[in-house]
This record gives sequence, structure tokens and C-alpha cells, in this order.
Amino acid sequence: MSLSWAFRLPQLSGRAWLVWWRDYRTFMKTYKTNFIPPLVEPILYLVAFGFGLGGFVSKIGGESYAEFIAPALLAISMMTAAFFECTFGSFVRMYFQKTFDAIIATPLNVDEVIMGELLWGATKSVMYTVIVLGVVGVFGLVTFPMALLVVPFSFLVGLLFAGLGMTFTAVSPNIDTLSYPTSLYITPMMLLSGTFFPLDVLPAPVQQASWLLLPLLHAVNISRGMTYGELGPGMLLDLGWILAATAVVVVLSINLMRRRLIV
Amino acid sequence: MVTFVAPGKDIVVAKDLVKRFTDLVAVDGVSFAIKEGEVFGFLGPNGAGKTTTMRMIQCVSPLTSGILTVDDLDVVKDERRIKSILGVAPQEDNLDPDLTVMENLLVYSRYYDIPKAEAATRAERLLGFFQLEAKAATSIEKLSGGMKRRLLLARALLNEPRILILDEPTVGLDPQARHLIWDQLRQLRSRGSTIILTTHYMDEAERLCDRIVIMDNGRILAEGAPKDLVKSHMGDNVVECKLAPGVKECLAGTEGIKAIDVFGDTALVSTDSPQQVIEALLKGCGVESATVRRSTLEDVFLKLTGRTLRE
Repeated sequence: MSLSWAFRLPQLSGRAWLVWWRDYRTFMKTYKTNFIPPLVEPILYLVAFGFGLGGFVSKIGGESYAEFIAPALLAISMMTAAFFECTFGSFVRMYFQKTFDAIIATPLNVDEVIMGELLWGATKSVMYTVIVLGVVGVFGLVTFPMALLVVPFSFLVGLLFAGLGMTFTAVSPNIDTLSYPTSLYITPMMLLSGTFFPLDVLPAPVQQASWLLLPLLHAVNISRGMTYGELGPGMLLDLGWILAATAVVVVLSINLMRRRLIV
Repeated sequence: MVTFVAPGKDIVVAKDLVKRFTDLVAVDGVSFAIKEGEVFGFLGPNGAGKTTTMRMIQCVSPLTSGILTVDDLDVVKDERRIKSILGVAPQEDNLDPDLTVMENLLVYSRYYDIPKAEAATRAERLLGFFQLEAKAATSIEKLSGGMKRRLLLARALLNEPRILILDEPTVGLDPQARHLIWDQLRQLRSRGSTIILTTHYMDEAERLCDRIVIMDNGRILAEGAPKDLVKSHMGDNVVECKLAPGVKECLAGTEGIKAIDVFGDTALVSTDSPQQVIEALLKGCGVESATVRRSTLEDVFLKLTGRTLRE
């Protein structure tokens, strides 16, 4: 069976932003509650791990433990904001609210609807990252102004995880099966991407597998460079990985969704 | 102002339309032509292929084979242009539950590139037309079923569509709400809109539709004006009587009988001359009582599609 349909170039136009605008508008209706999790979670992590557990941890590469996990918390917020928006959020809109059906009855096509969802997922990553950046900034854990680079960077990482989430959404028979990618992929990734401990304590094959399979690892690498104010050429490889993976999952998820919705 | 617009050119034309899914043929080679300005109804039992046909007209379900044009545009090539002249009110409520009534209309109008000020004007006018102005700031969850349906219709009219597509527009509504919707649809028709609808309600089809097709198993069984279909398939009247032995044979010589159908313990005799049939039944066939009623579209529907339950 030919798989060329899965990598067909999506038919997109600026109309995708209308879908983005719809999501933005509904989100802002309840923005006060929406902004609480991204504000509270990093503070909890910082207190529990950074300052609590961190008291028992020696410096890592010259950085305190709180400084070590601060860029990881930024990268994790980029990941979770977009991933959950484009899995559970998009599934509810697709399946329960029939929002996508309503929109494709208008001049918009499925490709544009899904692209709008992905752009919105990426935007949520930016919003959450800004909040977390504020938190770690208040605690003096990052170096400004270079740390501000994580803001545009979070859009790219957000788009990657939005596409990844949407790929799972497109093949998920119901909303409960979405917990599989969450607990089998996202949670391990959150722990094994050089987030809470440096990866070099793990065996080499595990390190290599992580490098190949875990997008968060690359996001953490770059985020760390930005917040420490130490960007190096090695990070170009991480950036290349992220760009390539983003292109693949964006195109793939749009085509999978088209196959699911257009019957 | 009400102006009557006579049905004009063919605005939706299907030729040998086929839609095949992996395990069934939903639409099996249908051809029809819908005229501009008419109300055209698709009738049929569940699974007949009505909704699939409508989805192909809406350009959201690709054809397996055949030709389908809307306003002389090919549904395969001109998806966007066709969708911009359609207004669709689906069977299932797909309003945005996160938004209010007014916001639903305003957000939706953006998908049609309607300028903001114009969208606000249209939304207010449509809320008035469907008697929802008092609900403008209400959230969708707090609307009754009838209100949601009216809002779906209002939303379908935002882009001032030339063709309105309605999938069971009054399903589950109380008589008051149904009559209100029928009135509004008649007004729209009198302004020249083409309306395509599916329905399970025969009275709805008889009241609203200029022409209907009756579908079953993906095929069109009959096509025409509701009155003509009743006349040609059933005759003017149906005589019902309790089934006695030999009734069918006994009526064999009586004139003006179109058909005799037996259903349970009742015999239904379709005829244009009920008087003669009754006389024959009471005098010659040993039947004690018989009733006459006018034939309806429901008689035609059941005759053509059978009385077997579908699901």
C-alpha cells in the first residue's frame, strides 16, 4: 500500500488563522482559570525539586539544581501546553462539539482547520512559556536578555508538540485512548530528556535512543543554552532535529485528520 | 415584501452519482436535478443514502463516481466557491458551546469573510427573524432544542446563501417550534432561495416541498410533486377494513382499484372510487365495516419502501 497520501502537501491559506482566532476567542473567555495551571505548576516544581530536593544535590556543571531544572521547566511547559491542547482539546472539538464539521461546511477546508488548531496549540505554548519565564525570572534562575529567546523558540517547539498530539488525536478511536500516548510517551519523555538529571548518567544506548526519539530532549538542550546565555554551534543539530520533526508531524497529522474526517 | 419567484434553471444536477464505503454502497447511481428556487426533499428510511447525498452536494464527502454540479460548478474542483453559496444546517447540533448565541454567529461569519459591521447587522436581523433576539447574550447550553435549531438555521443564513441545505430541520421539536420553522422556510422560499432538505416527517414534506425523491438502499424509487406521487401511486383515497378471508379475491372484479395491501389484520385498498369499493366490501365480501380516508404521502412511502424495520 502506498503511503504517499500521508505526506501529501496540505492545501493551506491564511484562512487557517480564522480557526486560530476562534480558539483564541473561546480561550480568552475563561482566561483567568486557564492561566492558573501554568503559573502554579512551575512554582511547585521549583519549590519541591529545585529548592527542596535541590538542597541534597551537588552543583551540576557549575549550576545549582534549581538553575539546572529551570530551562527544563520552560521546555516542559512548551510541550504540555501544545500537546494537551491538540490531543484532549482538539478531540473534544472534533468529536463531541463537532466544531470541525461546522467549520468545513464553510469555505474553509480540513487542512486549514487542522493547521489553525496547530497554530493555536503553538500559541498556547508561547503563552505558558511567558508565564513560566516570569516565574523562573523572579527567582533569578535565568540570564536575561538572552533568555527572552525562549519566547519565539517556544512557538516552534509548540508547533512540534501540537503536530505530535494531533497525530495521536487523528488515530485515537475515543478520548480515553489518548491517555496511552500521554502516559507511555509524554510522561517518560518528561523525565528522560535531560530535564531533572543530566543524561550522561545513563548507558550510552539509552542516551542515543533518547536523542533519536525524544523531541523534548532537543528542546531542553536549546532552552538551557538560551537561559544560561551560552548558545553553541552544537545546538544547531538540535534545531535541525526539531525543524525536521515539526515538518513531518504537521504534514502527517493534517493528512491523517483529513482521512478521518473526509469520508 | 413577498415576491414569488418561479423555479428557474437546474441549480444542482447529479448524474449516476455513486458513493461506496468499504463495506457498503451508500448511494448507488442516482440522478436528479434540483431547480433554482424550489424546495426539494429527500425522503427515505434510515440508511437510504439521503444524508450521504447531501454531504456530497456540500463538498464534504468525495464522490466515488458520477457527476455532481452545483450552480454549474463541479463539486470535485470548485469546493470553495460552492461552499461559499451554500448554507448548511446539520442534523446534529454543532454550535459552539463555549460561545454565546451572538458570538456563535459573529465567529461563524468570519469564515465567510463577512466584514465585521456587516456581520453584526446580519446577525441581529437573523436573530430577529428567528425570534431569538432576547437570547443574544445567552450561552448555548441554556437554549432549548427548538432554540438551538433556530440558531443553526440563522447561522446557515449568515452568508446569504443561494442554496440552503437542511438535514431534518424539525426533528425532535414541539408543534409550535415546527410551525415557526416552516413559516420561516416558506418566507425564504418566497424570496427565491433554493432549499434542499431531508425529513422523516411526511406532513413536513407535503407542506413544504415542491418536489421530493423517495430513496431506499441508495437508489431513487420515485420522484415528483408530493400530490402527484400520491395520486399516481395510491389514488385519491384509501379504504381500510378488517381482513376477512377471501377479501382480495372478492374485490378482484371491482373497478377503480389501484392496489390492495395487507398489513397485519388490516387490508388497505387504494382507489379513486371509494364508494364502489365500500359497497363491494360490505355487500359482497362479508366485511362488517370499512373506513375511507384520503391517501397520504405516508401511504406512498410505506408502499415503496416496505414496512420492515430498518435498524
